[in-house]
Amino acid sequence: MTDSRNIVRVSKVTKTFQLGKVEVHALQGVDLEIAAGNYISIMGPSGSGKSTLFNMIGGLDKPTSGKVFIDEVDIAQLDAYELAWLRCRKIGYIFQTFNIIQVMTALENVTLPMIFAGLNNSSAVEKGIQLLELVGLGDRFRHKPFELSGGQQQRVAVARALANDPAIILADEPTGNLDLATGEEIIRLLKQLSQEREVTVISATHDIKMLNVSDQVVWIRDGRIDRIEDREELSISVGTIDTRE
Amino acid sequence: MENRHAARETAKGPDFVDRLVVLPFKKSVEISLQSIRVRFFRSLITTMSLVLAISFLSFVRVSTDVGNGLLSTQDPSLRQALIRTGYDIGPEDTSLESSPKQRWIIILSLLVCVVGIVNAQLMSVTERFREIGTMKCLGALDRFILRLFLLEAGMQGLTGAFVGALAGAFFSLINGLLSFGTIAVTTLLWKEVFLSIIFATGMGFILSLAGVMYPAIVAARMQPVEAMRVEQ
Repeated sequence: MTDSRNIVRVSKVTKTFQLGKVEVHALQGVDLEIAAGNYISIMGPSGSGKSTLFNMIGGLDKPTSGKVFIDEVDIAQLDAYELAWLRCRKIGYIFQTFNIIQVMTALENVTLPMIFAGLNNSSAVEKGIQLLELVGLGDRFRHKPFELSGGQQQRVAVARALANDPAIILADEPTGNLDLATGEEIIRLLKQLSQEREVTVISATHDIKMLNVSDQVVWIRDGRIDRIEDREELSISVGTIDTRE
Repeated sequence: MENRHAARETAKGPDFVDRLVVLPFKKSVEISLQSIRVRFFRSLITTMSLVLAISFLSFVRVSTDVGNGLLSTQDPSLRQALIRTGYDIGPEDTSLESSPKQRWIIILSLLVCVVGIVNAQLMSVTERFREIGTMKCLGALDRFILRLFLLEAGMQGLTGAFVGALAGAFFSLINGLLSFGTIAVTTLLWKEVFLSIIFATGMGFILSLAGVMYPAIVAARMQPVEAMRVEQ
């Protein structure tokens, strides 16, 4: 299935925040097309608008002007039910702080989106255990988050993100709170799963380790897209991101 | 994408658009019970104030029932004994009603209790903002969050109110026994006591829900973007 449809299309999006008397122009006209099945990294320094763009794509915030299309559907036109459906079925989220619900076990965390999607309990549990085995936590599904290490919690988050077979996985600094080795594991896991399940992975990150696995890197600076580099063009050299070139 | 659309049909309902995302009632009860269990000691303290206020309410009502039971014997010596122990009985009264003073004290204690509940629930919402935001990112509708908070407070309130009502009734009966002897219990209309306990429990339940209403609405309206960022 190699259709090159654009799963996400961002069109002339701007976002301005009103902080008291000051206007912060977080995004100043962003155009972006993301093809299905790719692994995209959005990279940029702090304050570049990376997170704001991320929130736009994920349907968590509305642009001041411009449109965001997910599978050619303008998400600003969606009502609360449809938005909830989008978040439940189409998009899986992974956060820097894992955001696993502390009062539930790993299995319950993974099956929660399935419950929202209307799946009955036994099928949800079966699928949940399958997913946890996929990420290497098959024997820990009854553990609560505080009994799991950071890397393991993030793996639960990955399993949860895949719960409803989404088309897109949005990862916000997934390796931000993890050490080098664990971060590597998570990145490898994401890449492997995205290839196996043909899921588009969009991650906003500082982590240079992501460059290795990305099909496309979007560099963002000062609210605008600096450049988009495809895998072949990437030249990974030692140094900071800013002083490349 | 076709198999995903097929899976969508599992969320059945007469109004299909309405059922795009669901949270079965049994599941929300499960989640609420778990939340209570995890925060047990903290919720115990909130419920304590409710237990005390409701037990006071129940005590007053059952004492009135005891007094009415004793008055119904038409025994003048009992009447004197009642007045001596502090019951407010006018010379022509054949039954007791709560005096305005009594009613005010009860209303005040219940108000204090509700304020305490509102405060505790607001704190609970604030410390769970990330949990709420995450649930919304998983597709929870506003009303699911509202339902979870209402169920939690409702269950706590019902249990606490019932315990308080029983305790208050118990102490009132003991008090009656100590003041008047067994005649306090034999002249008692148990139906009245039963109704008092039900009333006190119901009152506690309603107050619990009233107290959690505003914080729960705040929680339900929360934007998922709050869960996204670490600081801020």
